[in-house]
Amino acid sequence: MNRFGILTKARQKRRGIPLLLALLAVFSLLAMSCGNDDDDAPAAPEATAAPEATQAPAAPEPTEAPAPDPRGDALGDGSLGIVTVSTGEGIQIRSLNAISGPVAFLGLPNQRGVELAIADYGDIHGFSVDLGTPLDDLCSAEGGQAAAQTIVADEQVIGVVGTSCSGAAVAASPLVTQAGMVMISPSNTSPALTSDFEGNPGESYNVGYYRTAHNDLVQGAAMANFVFSELGISAAAALHDGDPYTQGLAQAFSNAYEEVGGTTTGIVGINKGDTDMVPALTELATGSPGALFFPIFPPEGDHVAAQAPTVSGLEGTQLLAADGMLVDGFLELADSEGMYFSGPDLRFGSNVNQGTGRNADQILAAYEAAYGELPSAAFWGHSYDAATLLLDAIAAASWVEDGDLHIDRAGVRQYLSEVSGYSGVTGSLSCDDFGDCASQKITVIHHESAADIEASKNNVVYAYP
Amino acid sequence: MQLTAKQRTRVDWFLTILRVAALVLIGAGLVAFVAQVVDSNNPFARWANPDAINLTGRQFRDLVVAGLAQGAMYGLIALGYSMVYGVLGFINFAHGEVFMIGAVTGAITSSKLAEAGAWEDNFVLCLLLVVVLSMVVCTITAVIMERVAYRPLRGKPRLIPLITSIGVSFFLQNFILVLLGPGTKTYPRMPEWLTEKRTFLEIQGTRLLVLAAAAVAMVGLWYLVERTKTGKAMRAVAEDAEIASLMGIDVNRVIVKTFAVGGAMAGVAGILWGLLFNSVLHTAGFLPGIKAFSAAVVGGIGNLGGSMAGGLTIGVAESLGPLVILEPLGVSGPSQLRDAVAFSVLIIVLLVRPSGIFGERLPSEERT
Amino acid sequence: MTAVADPMAASTGDTVPETVRRRRVLDQNWRELLKVGAILMVGQVFIALSGMPVSFDRRLIIDPILSLGYLSLLWLPLVVGYAVGREQALEGMMAYTKGGREVLAGAITGVLGNLGLTLLVVGITHFDIRDPLVNWSPQLLELLEFEQSVWFGALIWLGIGAATGAAGGGLHWVGARNRRTVITVIAAVSSAAVLESVITDLAQGFHIEAVANWLYAPKRGLTSPAAAVVAGATILAVNAISALRARAAHRLVSAAEASPTESGSTRGGRLSPRRLAGFALTVAAVIVLPLFLGRLTNELLANVGLFILLALGLNIIVGLAGILDLGYVAFFAVGGYSVAVLTSPGSPRFSPEMPWIGALFIAMLLAGLVGLFIGAPVIRMRGDYLAVVTLGFGEIIRILLLSDWLSGTFNGAQGIINIPGVEIFGLTTVRGFEPRSVLYLVLFFCAIAIYVSWRLENSRIGRAWMAIREDESVAEAMGVDTVSAKLMAFVTGAVLGSFSGAILSAKVGSIFPHSFAIIVSIVILVVVIFGGMGNIAGVIAGAAVLIGVLGGPNQPGLLQEFAEFKILIYGALLVWMMLQRSEGLIPSVRRARELHTDELNQDAWLRAQADEADDASNPGVLDGQGPRP
Repeated sequence: MNRFGILTKARQKRRGIPLLLALLAVFSLLAMSCGNDDDDAPAAPEATAAPEATQAPAAPEPTEAPAPDPRGDALGDGSLGIVTVSTGEGIQIRSLNAISGPVAFLGLPNQRGVELAIADYGDIHGFSVDLGTPLDDLCSAEGGQAAAQTIVADEQVIGVVGTSCSGAAVAASPLVTQAGMVMISPSNTSPALTSDFEGNPGESYNVGYYRTAHNDLVQGAAMANFVFSELGISAAAALHDGDPYTQGLAQAFSNAYEEVGGTTTGIVGINKGDTDMVPALTELATGSPGALFFPIFPPEGDHVAAQAPTVSGLEGTQLLAADGMLVDGFLELADSEGMYFSGPDLRFGSNVNQGTGRNADQILAAYEAAYGELPSAAFWGHSYDAATLLLDAIAAASWVEDGDLHIDRAGVRQYLSEVSGYSGVTGSLSCDDFGDCASQKITVIHHESAADIEASKNNVVYAYP
Repeated sequence: MQLTAKQRTRVDWFLTILRVAALVLIGAGLVAFVAQVVDSNNPFARWANPDAINLTGRQFRDLVVAGLAQGAMYGLIALGYSMVYGVLGFINFAHGEVFMIGAVTGAITSSKLAEAGAWEDNFVLCLLLVVVLSMVVCTITAVIMERVAYRPLRGKPRLIPLITSIGVSFFLQNFILVLLGPGTKTYPRMPEWLTEKRTFLEIQGTRLLVLAAAAVAMVGLWYLVERTKTGKAMRAVAEDAEIASLMGIDVNRVIVKTFAVGGAMAGVAGILWGLLFNSVLHTAGFLPGIKAFSAAVVGGIGNLGGSMAGGLTIGVAESLGPLVILEPLGVSGPSQLRDAVAFSVLIIVLLVRPSGIFGERLPSEERT
Repeated sequence: MTAVADPMAASTGDTVPETVRRRRVLDQNWRELLKVGAILMVGQVFIALSGMPVSFDRRLIIDPILSLGYLSLLWLPLVVGYAVGREQALEGMMAYTKGGREVLAGAITGVLGNLGLTLLVVGITHFDIRDPLVNWSPQLLELLEFEQSVWFGALIWLGIGAATGAAGGGLHWVGARNRRTVITVIAAVSSAAVLESVITDLAQGFHIEAVANWLYAPKRGLTSPAAAVVAGATILAVNAISALRARAAHRLVSAAEASPTESGSTRGGRLSPRRLAGFALTVAAVIVLPLFLGRLTNELLANVGLFILLALGLNIIVGLAGILDLGYVAFFAVGGYSVAVLTSPGSPRFSPEMPWIGALFIAMLLAGLVGLFIGAPVIRMRGDYLAVVTLGFGEIIRILLLSDWLSGTFNGAQGIINIPGVEIFGLTTVRGFEPRSVLYLVLFFCAIAIYVSWRLENSRIGRAWMAIREDESVAEAMGVDTVSAKLMAFVTGAVLGSFSGAILSAKVGSIFPHSFAIIVSIVILVVVIFGGMGNIAGVIAGAAVLIGVLGGPNQPGLLQEFAEFKILIYGALLVWMMLQRSEGLIPSVRRARELHTDELNQDAWLRAQADEADDASNPGVLDGQGPRP
């Protein structure tokens, strides 16, 4: 219904039906049958009102050179609608992360990464960026959906940095992307959200979804190759804790391992909150694996590492874990000595984010100054990059006209889809056809001594690919 | 029992089928397991589970020991459930949280001691201090809980204090969460002589310590209940509170003491937990609490020896059950189902022997 | 079942005692004050250290004046200041006029309590024990100091304690009617602030954005003038309503005196025309309102509706039949997973891709069977064993859904995704994208559930359930077939729960085992108990208040800031309800029906009398303008 109007402000979207009480029955049917395309789809044919020269240049150029045509070389064809930000208002983006409950350790650094990136980035064409109230995905599908409803209810929103958990993204990404917005996740890793790298979109892939975190398939393959080729172990087992992330990664590892020629002797699940790992480890021990990969989190991971050597049949088994266990508290334990850890390449070194010109050390210093602690999870950098990607995309797809900022939603997507060789703190980012933008570089480190954990963190013994 | 004959048969038939099915499943699992052990290529075992695995003797023994150690802790917690049930006749759901508070207290004090350097220099003394402190904190928690939440409900229908205790349980859990944060609270490193595998049957020292401590606590409790005046008063109140009060026993005092003793036992269990697993979370009390309650029921609630026996049963069952019964029957990834096994033990025991292994049959009017 | 003890009605019950005396201001029970003050101190320190003040600080109640963070530190002294002056006055005992003594008592308790905060301010500046106590932080200090100096912070809290405590004590002084007015005003202003997003939404729906814009600073709570106006309007409304009430009560009493036989016109289950009209109006409003509501409110209401369905189902098991089922989430899971497996193309082993409605019937059937299966072994057990065994069953089902063993069917930890929406006879598809249509679907099923609950409650089986709840042995002796009645309760509750699961599946479009943890059972139980066990209206109100404001286990409520503290509050609420008001927010209708109508009338009349007496003996500070009958 609002297809005829130009969307200037979100607040004008709803049409009450004050006079038609008599036709209520008809309208209730209508409201149902309108389905999902009446309220939330943004005004489509706005482009016709825009000046002609809307063809985007092939190479995204985030510079804002003044042009005679007000639209200049802003990206996009207007097919998803154009958001107008009036003078004095902010450009609306959102953060949607798991910021409460047991997963807050993962989500809070993500949200803070976004906050820092916005502060560092500054204004876009003279307009400030407004993050609004940080939203919580509750690390669940229901929570993701509810938060996504909050986001799409405000049609000024251009994009979302989130979610933290893949389960929440499954429910949130269809809503957000169908509203024409984009979603860039800093820490989803499930292949179902993007693709299997062989041209098959995942079951939950939606156009408009991007992520700066790696794909589980890569990490699984990295670990599998490392174990089989570098360590020369031909029988391995995996353990997960029933979380979709850990289960998916254990499965990806197992699949890749069998593909390179190894034998998976077993994948065993434990439950969150378990402490006595002897039964699960004994079950694995019966297959006599040469290596045990447990991509889980503390404290269950602590128990696995502590109890595995005491289980008959696992005494000599090489223990391997993923980034979830790469925390100081665990590395300081003697049990963790000699283990290998896979994870995204965290040797940020002198990588500079091209949007803000900051490197990892500067961001971490700012992080500590602002929040009084260092990040509790590894994805703050991915989150920072995700936010600057979004801001750069907005800058590239917007123009100022009569003092208002116009942002072309299609242009934002176009920019993101064409990202190639973008320099971020986490490395060089390039988006593929299904939204995987990360550098997909996985490293394996060797933890030699609990006395010097900083040395271990940089002791990269294998890089993939 | 004024049931119509028809109804009684219908439901009872169903229950009989359930009982038989449960026992047959357990039996079949055991037979298949034995078949596997006798000959790993046994056709029966292969038929039951083509990928059957074979436990070595040591693995089997380790499983039993791990189950016993875990079960000893369940037993210690179960004592608290059992005593309160005996005296007040309701399940104090929040008792598991008292145990968790004990473990958390231990984690905080021991890591402070380790920071000060005392933990490594004088481990035994520190451990004693931590145990005493944890017992005191747990006792206080249990007594406050009784005073605030349960005493005003004395004499109300049984479901009311039960529901209250569920509320208390979640309150305490989240009380610790908001005060201390969601992170894991870890214990400092134990001395080598404790954690390494001992020569005695090559069992880990900590597990032996847990079993020994549980035995000591059990003996102490037995002495308290059976040989002291306080214990006599407790037993009298458990038998009939009203008559006990007529005999000049201060029922309120006895109830407070019961909660205190139960709390102290939970405190000991909390520290043992910390020693064995090195870390504790705010959620660490809930599931062990439920399992400890199951232990109390399995052993026959109100019976202290039975609680310990029930605890050991549940501990060993959840440790062995997945690999000895489920795995031979062809269930893949059985270790994931261990909590389900623990609950199934409770359900099956209640189906087959509703008053528990050592319990006396209770009069039917106490059902609700 | 105990009567709702209204302290005022009880204290000045039949007649005003003749020996009303005033006590000296310093005639205090000092030990009691010290004790309550110490408890309050612990409470205040706990609230401060729980992190509530800091994490609620962003949320404003009244724009420049008051944030939710500070409110969390203010309410307790107020309540305790009031409570400390309250006395259980019994018939025949000396009654005292309330006055300055109570104000002083409140002030003293308030100061003692906030001494805790003062000590905290000093403590945080001098010691660092952030290691165990995570909220022992500079942010908390900053907040407690009002960003001023330490001494300012330390002293101002004592002043605030005195003021709030005295205000609490002062509530005794102003008389019952004024007290009720004050409490209503506080409630009205805070709910107006809490409901900001709903009211804004509604205002947009009716094209009266101007009202919302005037009421609220954008996303920052009520503006100060708006708060004043809301307060004023509430005072007027309260006075008008109490005048009407008093008049109606007097009329009823005199009517009853005139012709005692006609007073029970609403008895017998038939609805009077007035109630019918009210009912019709409510139904119409429920049907029409969603059209004017925006996405957010509709989503919120749809979530509330899902919990209403669950709570209605559990209400049959717990509220009517008196069986404490702690594994109710099992039926929610069965409903959700059946629909997911049957409708989703992504279901691994067995994927008939049925339409939702067909799947719903199978889900109902399966839930009923699971209800029988869980119910049969447990119905003979004692109430408390039953609670734990059902909890065990709930966990077993979740563990099985999550397990690798059955992942061939349920997809284990990865859950089932791509669940299609609800296609309604080819007319329309209801999906999570469009919360309004989901809300209508939920409302439809809520209507069914309400109707079923209502009919069952008044049926033969309903009476059997209630008989079992009151006393099982007696019920059995009276010839009630307790076994099949209890099984019936399980099955009915299970089917209602499966509705909710089925809608959840279609609404979210994906389903994971993590959504069915124990805590869901507990939250539903809190909803039922908070609202009023055994009462449909109570259960609905409970769900609306708790799930709507605080949020469900996986659903955010209006106060998203509470996410971290949700379960803490649910736990505390459960304990408090059991201790203070075990019959719930809205007690069961049964009680009202059991009492004679004239007794109810008499209650109303007595209350009016009590107010009169109270007002007469306490020259009010706020002038009560109620009519004198």
